[in-house]
Amino acid sequence: MGILAAVNSVYWHEFFFMLFAGISVVFAVCVLVTQNIVRMAFYLVLSLGSTAGLFFLAGAEFVGAMQLMIYVGGTLVLLIFGVMLTAQQRYVKMNTHPTDWVLATIVGGSLLVMLIGAAVGVDSWKDSTASKRALESLDADDARTATPLGLALTGVRVDKLDSDPALAKGQSGYLLPFIIVSVHLLVVLIGAAYMARTKRSATAPVGRAERARLNIMQMEHETDDVVYLASKQSSSSLLGSSQKQAEESTDEAEE
Amino acid sequence: MHLLCGVIAAVLVLHVIAVGALFFIWAERKIAGRIQDRLGPTRVGGKFGWLQTLADGVKLIAKEDFIPRDADAPLFKVAPYIAFAASFAAFLALPFADGAVAHHVNTAVFFVLAVLGLEVFGVILAGYASGSKWSLFGAMREAAQVVSYEVPLGMCVVIPVFVAGTMNLTTIGEMQAGWFNNWLVFHDPFTFIAAIVYFTCATASVNRAPFDLAEAESELVAGFHTEYSGLRWSFFFMAEYGSMFLVSALATILFFGGWHPPIPVDIWIMDAFADPDLLATGSLKDAVPSWITFAVMLIGIATLVAKSVIGVIVMMWVRWTFPRLRIDQVMATCLKYCVPIAAVCFVGSMTWETLDLPSLNTINRYEVHEDWSEENVVNNDATIDQREDENHDDESSDVMDGEEAPIEEDSVAVRNGLSLQEGE
Repeated sequence: MGILAAVNSVYWHEFFFMLFAGISVVFAVCVLVTQNIVRMAFYLVLSLGSTAGLFFLAGAEFVGAMQLMIYVGGTLVLLIFGVMLTAQQRYVKMNTHPTDWVLATIVGGSLLVMLIGAAVGVDSWKDSTASKRALESLDADDARTATPLGLALTGVRVDKLDSDPALAKGQSGYLLPFIIVSVHLLVVLIGAAYMARTKRSATAPVGRAERARLNIMQMEHETDDVVYLASKQSSSSLLGSSQKQAEESTDEAEE
Repeated sequence: MHLLCGVIAAVLVLHVIAVGALFFIWAERKIAGRIQDRLGPTRVGGKFGWLQTLADGVKLIAKEDFIPRDADAPLFKVAPYIAFAASFAAFLALPFADGAVAHHVNTAVFFVLAVLGLEVFGVILAGYASGSKWSLFGAMREAAQVVSYEVPLGMCVVIPVFVAGTMNLTTIGEMQAGWFNNWLVFHDPFTFIAAIVYFTCATASVNRAPFDLAEAESELVAGFHTEYSGLRWSFFFMAEYGSMFLVSALATILFFGGWHPPIPVDIWIMDAFADPDLLATGSLKDAVPSWITFAVMLIGIATLVAKSVIGVIVMMWVRWTFPRLRIDQVMATCLKYCVPIAAVCFVGSMTWETLDLPSLNTINRYEVHEDWSEENVVNNDATIDQREDENHDDESSDVMDGEEAPIEEDSVAVRNGLSLQEGE
């Protein structure tokens, strides 16, 4: 990424584009081919990480950092679950059934055909000088996307300021979708916390150690992608691997 | 040519980590020694044992690179480099002074946080790939801890970002020029508390004692790096010391005035050499000869490094003073104390800024806003007039209040930036 500032020539830009795209594709294929869950997650991280590299290359620094934080960070939780599941030896290898292969090939292949069709179909992308021109307008210091993005999310479309003033009155940017998503996330967060709580009290009559073990089993089954909850679960379930430590976690829960 | 500049920048940053690690490991041993009423290393390299780390490095290179039988060999080999690469990549967006940054990222704060969070990958992979239960326990603890502490850490980082009105670290640093009362930590009581919470969470997120559960040597032998030896082992430590310096530098820029000394020596120097004619028309930075700008930049780098080293030394002081927390205490500290405190600070600081309550700072966040485009600098006066005009006749822009400055000033740059998104 330090390179990004330095690359002004199209040649290097294309070189790094090919590099990141290549890494991304190769490791995406690796995810399919490998049988070990943890390695799959690791290859997925590499693939998504180099996609973030592509975003940085395009000057979309905010989106690139978002890619790192959300996708790569989200895969982190996947990796943790992978490590937790494969702690037992029988889950280490994952064999894909031939039928699944055929089905996946049909679905993935049709998607690929559609995407290629779309990529070839856009007229403005066929112009070979377009990328050069776009690159020239994209000075490294000029790639400022965060503020317009943030303003658009809070209801001001700064890119549409010059549009018809009559229409501008009705514009609210992406404020409504943003609020809906925020409220949705909040509901998920509270719901997850609430469910964890009620289950704890529902198992109250059972003995202490048994209760702790039940808690942990239930927590493991909740594959919620609320990040810090997931981390809490992983710590508790690890503690639960021995009886003595399971009791400790109950103590912690009761505090 | 530009590629060469990029490579030089990358190599310089690499040296910051490598030389930094050399110094910090020596400093850690000396400080640990002094705190425990010992001398620490005294012999290697004459006085003070200052070559001790180099001797250790030679020893580590000479050691056998051992891979356990049960290990997942490729992951085991690659894990230390991932931890190191994450620490290294975050440095690329970290400004050491105005202009002294490897790559100018507009959303540097966000980038640094995102990349810093990736360091945990190296630890988890190391723990898994070692094929040892001690390593696995350490890695899982680290995962739980780092992912949890990212929440309060992010909240604390958002506070100065909000006060400054930008995610650009260079702009945030430049805003705090002048006497030390301009530091964002003195903006209001909430930022002061947030700075302390940030430092706590940063210590936890770089996995330092008293939060070093991942390597708790009394319970887990050495945690995630139990099975590592030689150079790979030392890569974990370079990453750790690199991250320590990184979070301290981030704290310095966000809260403690960045590259500006507590007494505005840099501004005095620039004032002394400024050309009065240019000063009348342009800013102070444009009015001084280029070698003065360079000298001030060097002063800035020295200041930032000094402040960050103080931060690192405080971390060492804490490490050798406090006992290690238990894992449930670590999680409780995060979820029951740090998160609520950070949330209250966030709301409080926002209220303080919105109500424009009295502050020690004399920062005007709208004066030092990031310059978006070349046109902005030239047409500054014109745009201000234009803005005032539009204030009168355009009601909808009143909603944005102060934020409108960037909008109107740079609709050209904005459109440039957004042309990318419109394609989506």
